[in-house]
Amino acid sequence: MSVSADTAPPKSVVPFLKVKGEGAPYLAGSKCGKCGEVVVGTRDVCGKCGNRTSLEHIKLATTGKLYNYTVVHRNFPGVPVPFISAIVDLDGGGTLKGNLLEVEPDPAKIKFDMPVKVVFRDAGRKDKEGNSYLAYFFVPANKA
Amino acid sequence: MTDVYVVGTDMIKFGRFPERSVPELGAQAALMALDDCGLTIQDMQALYSGNLFEASGGVGQRILREIGQTGIPVVNTANACATGATAFREGWMAIKAGVYDIVLCVGSEQMGTGLLGGAGGGKGIPTEGLLGSGTMPSVFAHVGLEHTRKYGTTFEQFAKVSVKNHHHSTLNAKAMYQKETPLEEVMGAEMISYPNTKLMCSVNVDGSAAAVLCSEKKAKELGLMKRAVKVRASALSSDPYTSRNIAMMDFNAVTRLAAKTAYEMAGLGPNDLDLIELHDCFATAELVHYENLGLCKDGEAGRMIDSGETQLGGRIPVNVSGGLLSKGHPLGATGIANIYEVTTHLRGEAGSRQVDGARIGLTHVVGAGSACAVHILEKV
Repeated sequence: MSVSADTAPPKSVVPFLKVKGEGAPYLAGSKCGKCGEVVVGTRDVCGKCGNRTSLEHIKLATTGKLYNYTVVHRNFPGVPVPFISAIVDLDGGGTLKGNLLEVEPDPAKIKFDMPVKVVFRDAGRKDKEGNSYLAYFFVPANKA
Repeated sequence: MTDVYVVGTDMIKFGRFPERSVPELGAQAALMALDDCGLTIQDMQALYSGNLFEASGGVGQRILREIGQTGIPVVNTANACATGATAFREGWMAIKAGVYDIVLCVGSEQMGTGLLGGAGGGKGIPTEGLLGSGTMPSVFAHVGLEHTRKYGTTFEQFAKVSVKNHHHSTLNAKAMYQKETPLEEVMGAEMISYPNTKLMCSVNVDGSAAAVLCSEKKAKELGLMKRAVKVRASALSSDPYTSRNIAMMDFNAVTRLAAKTAYEMAGLGPNDLDLIELHDCFATAELVHYENLGLCKDGEAGRMIDSGETQLGGRIPVNVSGGLLSKGHPLGATGIANIYEVTTHLRGEAGSRQVDGARIGLTHVVGAGSACAVHILEKV
């Protein structure tokens, strides 16, 4: 029996966002057993030291700090602007780019190192087959 | 190993030529560079052709159809914004290795207009504007604001880069634009990705540039040493691992690596340089590269642009051609256009924008992905 697009569970917007299986969605990462580096995504070779025998696949934290950002005012047709493109250092390792929501898109209102939380929400975009997608976003920690 | 010299070089005036083909543009610069040293395609032993957007289209071979199909080996290169510089470096390496005595290097590109980059595409749904922004203005806004985070660099300081480079281009007839842009105009232009306004983004233009490279023995045989410029160093790097590189492209480490290699190869340092053409694809980029190339200490780039040290007439002029910001940035041509600019100054032939007494110059390009090329040239 086929599952129609309307009732199917949402797909993941990127491979490192895991939505299938039991439990809540999570961000997948890897930790090197040799040098200790933590990166976003499921990897079997460490990009830092080249180790390929002891990479542990881990769940990344859903809390972190805003390392960097830009406020995007011009983008491709159909992409709503302005929005904040944020670079977040996750607690415990891994750095991620994503949209920062619930903050005014004004450099005066955005603080480097502000604590943020990762939230998982509908992407608001569907593919040609009508499938829904789950995406990750950042929100200020005090609003989550 | 032999020393390698640039004996002929030229570029077309950058502009928008939608009615022309990429090989036509490349052929024009190739013939100009050959004319610059009084040689013909029959004198060339190989062609190195840099082009990004038609990378699978045999651009080098199609250039030869325009200027003479002599049957010489052709190597086509594609290496992000270091594409032209990579073609130049491949030619340099072949002569260094003793395989050839004289080769032609050409970079050419047709750009169209509009935003470059953007995240996603491919499978699923587009992620641009959903998982942050991957447009080039945004990527380089992140580069700039990282500098702000570390050192407090201001929007105004970044904007001053555009004022300077647009001013320089008023002295360069081959630049896309010859127009002054006062600070208020730069800062008041449409904001694209903060802090990069429209006037702080490089211009998408069509263009081409070419260089004839030659061994010392061959240059002497041909009587071309008088205007020859020695390649003191050629360095190419890919991005070494840094912890945020996947989320936020790191153009700093890759540039520092290529610069270190080039300085070591030349036995020179930043204080020996008389002028620099560096990769100002966005105003934010130029400031971080002052530090990456060692022109000032870390954290001093903002002060450096404020002091006017990098203007024509300053301590170390940067991008006197107008840079990518105003001369324009045809990706595959840019690396060789930089070589043309520095060579022209070292020959004392740069007219009203001449850097007085220039003897040693450096060129730098860095492309997303990442690839960085640094060349150091000297008039002997």
